Amino acid sequence: MIKDPRAPEPLGWKTFSQGIWKENPVFVMLLGLCPVLAVTNTAMNALAMGLATTFVLVCSGVLVSLLRKVIPKQVRIASYIIIIATFVTITDYAIQAISLDLYKALGAFVQLIVVNCIILGRAEAYASKNTVVNALVNALGMGVGFTFALLCLGVVREVLGSGTLFEVTLFGPSFQPWAVFVLPPGGFFVLAMWLFLFSYVRKRRARIQELKKEVSHAA
Amino acid sequence: MTEELNPSAPTLPKSRNLIITLAGIAMISGLLVVLTFQLTLPRITQNRQDALERAVFTVLPFAETRTNYLLTEAGLEELPDADFAKANVFAGYDQTGTLTGLAMEASARGYQDVVKILYGYAPDTECVVGITVLESRETPGLGDKVDSDPDFLDNFACLDAKLTPDGSTVINAIETVKHGKKTNEWQIDAISGATITSTAVGNALSESTQTMLPLLAKHRNSLKTHKESELSSKE
Repeated sequence: MIKDPRAPEPLGWKTFSQGIWKENPVFVMLLGLCPVLAVTNTAMNALAMGLATTFVLVCSGVLVSLLRKVIPKQVRIASYIIIIATFVTITDYAIQAISLDLYKALGAFVQLIVVNCIILGRAEAYASKNTVVNALVNALGMGVGFTFALLCLGVVREVLGSGTLFEVTLFGPSFQPWAVFVLPPGGFFVLAMWLFLFSYVRKRRARIQELKKEVSHAA
Repeated sequence: MTEELNPSAPTLPKSRNLIITLAGIAMISGLLVVLTFQLTLPRITQNRQDALERAVFTVLPFAETRTNYLLTEAGLEELPDADFAKANVFAGYDQTGTLTGLAMEASARGYQDVVKILYGYAPDTECVVGITVLESRETPGLGDKVDSDPDFLDNFACLDAKLTPDGSTVINAIETVKHGKKTNEWQIDAISGATITSTAVGNALSESTQTMLPLLAKHRNSLKTHKESELSSKE
């Protein structure tokens, strides 16, 4: 029997976990790299950016899913953009209300969440085809995956580039910060290292599974 | 599933439906944005005031209290604390209540967007004694260094902004020069790699000092040089 691709996926652990590992937006799909490289110079910025994106992702996912039967196909992208822009604006105000310093540190990248392709990608590829609960869980998974990826970069860059972690000094006063890591090139270096690690682990796993199969065939 | 699986002949919906959908979504969106704006406005105003206060005390290191003033062609007017957003001159007073300096806002176009700074001006030495960035969207790691680079901030130990004896204009307009080319007291040594932002800071200062300082000299008498001590509330 052929599975109808439009049939809603059943809700399961996979709905949540695919965003964290199998389809991690940064390490596997390489989406949304602009904020990944730009605002991960400290762990705090990375965390704030991750949470802000998660909020937008979840809210827009839920709303898109709620309205999926109402929005005609022809204007869907325009509608998704309005919905996403709304939540980005809300996040923008919320961050200003929480902390102006954080808002200054994130700069234009809060507003730029609106063009983050993860969010539009999720709205188009998942939320518009699935039930509200599924969309919520999936968006949450993607958000956690994105935050995790940002933190991976942010922690490494802050520790090496400023010698601190969440603004707590880690090393003695003689530590000479490796300033290149808080600058844009450092972002590329650290991202490359993480991508290398991720693809190495994935390849290794696949190879092990293949070998296991061969062994069981032989036996 | 009620959706038909027949992929042929997708019927076009009427344009009226498309417009209604978009308008509906836009209305929900507008409502949500306005609601958030209303809810967060008091907090944001409070945060701005705190940030401004901190900024004023950054550029005027000896100041302990501040008074808001509005400086216009017509005169210098003292504003109540709540109207801080309307003020354009902040006078800083030290512990004894003596005027230590004035903080003023200035802005100019930077690399990405307008860079808004606050600078401290010491009336007795007629120098710019400090700057801090209030608003900027400059490139992280390059342009935003104007707020943190110690060598750049050294420019503002006493940046010359002396007025002509009649107080009508600044003798030497502040200007930004390339990194390492500073020769005069009124020049700002730019950060290499952030020349445009450094120039923006220079332009902002130059423009603001040329308009504000002559005005200030004209209305000097309305400025309190000594503030009655209100420090009993402080410990």
